[in-house]
Amino acid sequence: MIRRKLEESFFRVLMVLATIIVAGSFFLIVGTIFYKGMPFMNWDMVTKIPGGGFYIGKEGGVLNAIIGSLYVAGGATVLGLIISIPVAIYINMYMNGKNYVATGLRIAFDVLFGIPSIVYGAFGFFIMIYLGIRASLLGGILAVTLLVIPILVRTLDEVIQTVPKELRDAALSLGATRWEMSKVVLRQILPGIFTAILLSFGRAIGDVASVLFTAGFSDNIPTSLHQPAATLPLAIFFQLSSPIEEVQGRAYASALILTIVVLIITIFSSVLAKRFSKNKIQ
Amino acid sequence: MTDNPHISIQHLNVQIGNHAILKDITLNIPNKKVISIIGPSGCGKTTLLKSFNRLLDDTADVKVTGKVLVDGENIYDPNVEVTHIRKKMGLLSQRPYPLPMSIYDNVAYGPRIHGTRKKKDLDEIVETQLKATGLWNEVKDRLHAPATRLSIGQQQRLCLARGLAVEPEIILGDESTSALDPVSTSIIEDLFVSLKEKYTIVLVTHILRQARRVSDYIVFVYMGKIIEFGPTEELLLNPKEELTKEYVKGFIS
Amino acid sequence: MFRLLKDKIYSKLMLVFTLASVSLVLLIGIGLYYKSLPLLHKLSWGTLLTSSEWRPLKGLFGFFPFIMGTLWVTAIAIIIALPLCLLTSFYITEYAPARIRKILIPFVNLLSGIPPVIFGVWGVLFIIPLIQNHIAPHFVEFSTGYSVLAGGVVLAVMIFPLIVSIVCEVLMTIPHELKNASLALGATKWETIKKVLLRKAKPGIIAATVLAISRAFGETIAVLMVCGNNVAVPHSVFDPGYPLPALIANNYGEMLSIPMYESALMFAALLLFIIILLFNIISRLILVRLERGLSE
Repeated sequence: MIRRKLEESFFRVLMVLATIIVAGSFFLIVGTIFYKGMPFMNWDMVTKIPGGGFYIGKEGGVLNAIIGSLYVAGGATVLGLIISIPVAIYINMYMNGKNYVATGLRIAFDVLFGIPSIVYGAFGFFIMIYLGIRASLLGGILAVTLLVIPILVRTLDEVIQTVPKELRDAALSLGATRWEMSKVVLRQILPGIFTAILLSFGRAIGDVASVLFTAGFSDNIPTSLHQPAATLPLAIFFQLSSPIEEVQGRAYASALILTIVVLIITIFSSVLAKRFSKNKIQ
Repeated sequence: MTDNPHISIQHLNVQIGNHAILKDITLNIPNKKVISIIGPSGCGKTTLLKSFNRLLDDTADVKVTGKVLVDGENIYDPNVEVTHIRKKMGLLSQRPYPLPMSIYDNVAYGPRIHGTRKKKDLDEIVETQLKATGLWNEVKDRLHAPATRLSIGQQQRLCLARGLAVEPEIILGDESTSALDPVSTSIIEDLFVSLKEKYTIVLVTHILRQARRVSDYIVFVYMGKIIEFGPTEELLLNPKEELTKEYVKGFIS
Repeated sequence: MFRLLKDKIYSKLMLVFTLASVSLVLLIGIGLYYKSLPLLHKLSWGTLLTSSEWRPLKGLFGFFPFIMGTLWVTAIAIIIALPLCLLTSFYITEYAPARIRKILIPFVNLLSGIPPVIFGVWGVLFIIPLIQNHIAPHFVEFSTGYSVLAGGVVLAVMIFPLIVSIVCEVLMTIPHELKNASLALGATKWETIKKVLLRKAKPGIIAATVLAISRAFGETIAVLMVCGNNVAVPHSVFDPGYPLPALIANNYGEMLSIPMYESALMFAALLLFIIILLFNIISRLILVRLERGLSE
């Protein structure tokens, strides 16, 4: 009896410890980034492009990478949505009665979601060479679009599934075509679409491996799709290995900026998702 | 019964997966009357209702054989265009599901997709139908507020107005009062009774008293089959079949 | 009628979009295979996978060190993450008061939102010095800290949210009656977990683990930044390693003047793709079946 009680409390302590480690790792990471990044944060960092080259110049900030990131993540999310919304609608609205096919498609998108970004990057680069596109903003956007399509499709798919069947029936019984019904459903899930956009944007803005060969890198803010572009994660990756302290500092500051941006996006999207699931229960 | 019923069902069988939900249903629905479909839950009464306007199409593994003639046209004919069949019938589901738009747009939705564009015409339709469902005075000052702000009972009347706006011949009600409070329920019931001058109304209900209050005819469905069909009083007070007798007495539920 | 035509056109268009995006799986596979062909013509699969000779200039491409690098890092990550995550999941679902649970789950989600490169930076700034100054000296004479252990630790933290969220979800679907039945027989909570929940949740735990392994296999930047990238088979956790994704990331687009090099990198991507595809399909099938079984 005592042995059983001991075992119980032993594992209970172990579980609490494990939970502290798992949940605490978040604070450890964010803490480390803040601790190292804060001293290098200043107004120049977010308003100026690097002076004298990103790898050796000691002056300036990472505005080029901030803008580049916004371009890449924004462009990829928009392109991704244009492709994913029809796909999610098709799977849910036009394939009823063929559940096996729909399940198969869902698994396929889950698998696509699992393919690492380095593979998308390599494949994107291969396609770019084939099409004759050089490493540029356009290339980066295309590669990241491939990366976010599965995220968008699966998120939208889950959201559409929360729409009650009766709402679809209501539209249909007024004589609506499936397309007209789909428009009603899209309206219903507007907040859900927003959640999907945030998720996709968050993933797109943080990824390195997919833009490593496809976006190139530049100290300037790109003014056309065919110019190379820097992104925040690339700026962190490249500048961290610099021997010059100020440049390393730029990497730390970039890491801090990226972390803050991503945290805001994540918090915002989970709040939204929660509100949305409340709507669903109602 | 009139000679040309709007809805005439002939040897209808519905199978979902390996389950036979409806077995050899043959039924003529009389025009401009209220008909209640009653029966224990799971007997197939909702499936029967949904088979009238082909809402079963979206169900997985569904197999339908037999005919449902609407104005003489078999709606399960492969060449049939399903949206104009559905336009002939307004559906009122268990709970109100207003479309995610304003009160005005909910009613105008149907006419709009069917080609009415002029604001004046739409205004007129909206006003007429909201008046027909007794909602006009309650909402005329906030026509462009989201429909979800209405009470459940008002929402259900809005859904009815929305259905009437596409000028159907038939109204289908699937336990349309089951989510409503007693006051809203009686408003909806009164509406059904007054609407039968212009429309044929088919209701699914499991409340016998409601069937008695509103309907002219009753269909009793049990285990996917029609057991008995007849005028309300006759079927309830003097059933011919043993099963009907037991159900009416409350032995089967 | 125009509306019906519109509906038809849109439906066909959406079908095209759907097929095009799904066929990406095939396209990637075929594309990578096509680009690896030159290498595969010259060297056999056997040689490529088992040889340790990596001398691109001489046309020798042995992937064994990279495969071993990947396996070491992944194994370390799973060994660290799995027990921690299982214990955490049990705590969250069985012990934690509702209030704490509501705080804990969002935290785990926040972790999954952090980009890989940030994990990498954290690895360089925190884990590397920790290993170099505090852990390694107890075991080996000298270590820079850049090692498969560092890669494994960083990866472990990265896969925490994945495992915890899936296992928690599976645990929460187990009916209360089952737990109560065991508790009513006088079992302690831990005994109930050990004898009932663990067994019941086994398929879910396996699926989560397989998914985590495939995530770990493919993770590039964070691992690349901390594990040393030395072309040699690691023999201890303090040795540096060179996983496959890091190989691609470090060299692609730069060393392409060397004959066959591009083909070799594409072969590395193909290897990753095949392994991850298999693992993903396996785990997704388990999860889909699990969902079905529970809904029926």
